[in-house]
Amino acid sequence: MSDATVNEYGQDAQFDDYFALLKPRVMSLVVFTAAVGLLVAPVGVNPVIGFASILFIALGAGASGALNMWWDADIDAVMKRTVKRPVPDGRVTPKNAMIMGLWLSVLSVGMLALTANFFAAGLLAFTIFFYAVVYTMFLKRSTPQNIVIGGAAGAFPPMVGWAVATGGVSIESVMMFALIFVWTPPHFWALSLFMNDDYTKAGVPMLTVTHGTRVTRNNILGYTVVLALVALGTAFTSIGGPVYLAVTLVLNALFLRGAIGLWRREDSAAEADKYADERKFFRLSLVYLFAHFAALLVDAALRGFAFMPQLPVVF
Amino acid sequence: MALGKEHPLHGRRKRSNLMLGAVLGGFVALVFAITIVKMAGGNSMEGYDHTIRYSIDPELKATEAE
Repeated sequence: MSDATVNEYGQDAQFDDYFALLKPRVMSLVVFTAAVGLLVAPVGVNPVIGFASILFIALGAGASGALNMWWDADIDAVMKRTVKRPVPDGRVTPKNAMIMGLWLSVLSVGMLALTANFFAAGLLAFTIFFYAVVYTMFLKRSTPQNIVIGGAAGAFPPMVGWAVATGGVSIESVMMFALIFVWTPPHFWALSLFMNDDYTKAGVPMLTVTHGTRVTRNNILGYTVVLALVALGTAFTSIGGPVYLAVTLVLNALFLRGAIGLWRREDSAAEADKYADERKFFRLSLVYLFAHFAALLVDAALRGFAFMPQLPVVF
Repeated sequence: MALGKEHPLHGRRKRSNLMLGAVLGGFVALVFAITIVKMAGGNSMEGYDHTIRYSIDPELKATEAE
C-alpha cells in the first residue's frame, strides 16, 4: 500500500502545478488590460464588483490556458519554451488539465454573469471558446494566419472590462480591441524569428516556417504600420488624451523604426548577432502595449481636471 | 503498520491543501462581499423559484385582482 504512494510521489501534482496551468503571465496581462477597459469606461463601478469582475475575467483566461495546455501537450513537449509546462512534464495529467479548464470556464462565466451582467459574461464565454476551440484546436495547427486571427482572443479582455461597466460595446472598446489585435502579429512574428527552430520541430505552421523569414519581415512591417494608425486613432476617441497621445507618438516612432530595421535585415546578419534586433523588437513590443494601456489609465484619472487640455473626439 | 510516520509527500500535500483552503475561503468571502454590495445597492435577491411570487412581480398580482 505505502509502496504505491511512494512510487507515485514524483508525479504528485502540487497546487503550484495547477496554478501554472492557468498561464499566470498571460493572466497578468489580461488582468491589466481588462482593468483598464473597466476603469476608462464612462460609467463608475463599485470597487468590490469591479475587483470581483476582473478576477473572474482572469479566471476565464486561465481556464482557456488550461484547455490550451491539455490540447497542445504534444506540441509543448517538443518546444524548448514550453517543455517544462505541467502537462508535458508529467506533473499534471492531460485529463485533469481538461477537467480543470472546463470547470473554471463554467465558474468564471457564471460568476461574471451574477456579478456584472450577462453581456460581459457572454463575451467572456466567447473569448474562452475562441481561444480554446477556434485558435487552439483549429487555427494553430492549420494556417500561418493562426496568430493573426487567434490574436482576437487576447484582444477581448479590455472589451469585457468595458462591458462590465457599460453593459455594451462602443467605438472605444472596439479601438482597445483593435490595438491588441493588430499588435499581436508583429509581437509573435518577432518571437518566431528567433524561435523558428522550435516551431519547425513542433510542426506549427508559423509564418516563418511556411513562408520563410523574408515574408515574415515584410508582414511585421505591414502590421506595424496599421498598428500605428489604430494607436493614433484611439487618441481621438473619448478615452484618448494628451498623455496617451504623447506616449503613442513616441512609441509608434520607435516601433516603426524597429520594424523597418527588421525589414531591411537579412538572416545572415541576424544569425551573426544571434537575433539581437529581433529580441530587442520583441521586448519593445511588450513595453509598447503596457505603456499604451497605462497611458489610457492616466488620462482617465486626469480627466476632469481643468488644467488638462482635451483632444477633439473625432471617432 | 505504524501510522503517523511523516513522508516528505505529506509535507508537500499539506502545503497544497492549505493553499487550496485559502483559495476556497477567499472565494466564499468574495461572494459574501458581492452579496452585501448588491443588497446595499437595492437589488432584489429573490429569483424565480418554480412558483408565482408576487414579491418579484407585483404587476401579476394587480392583473389577477382585476
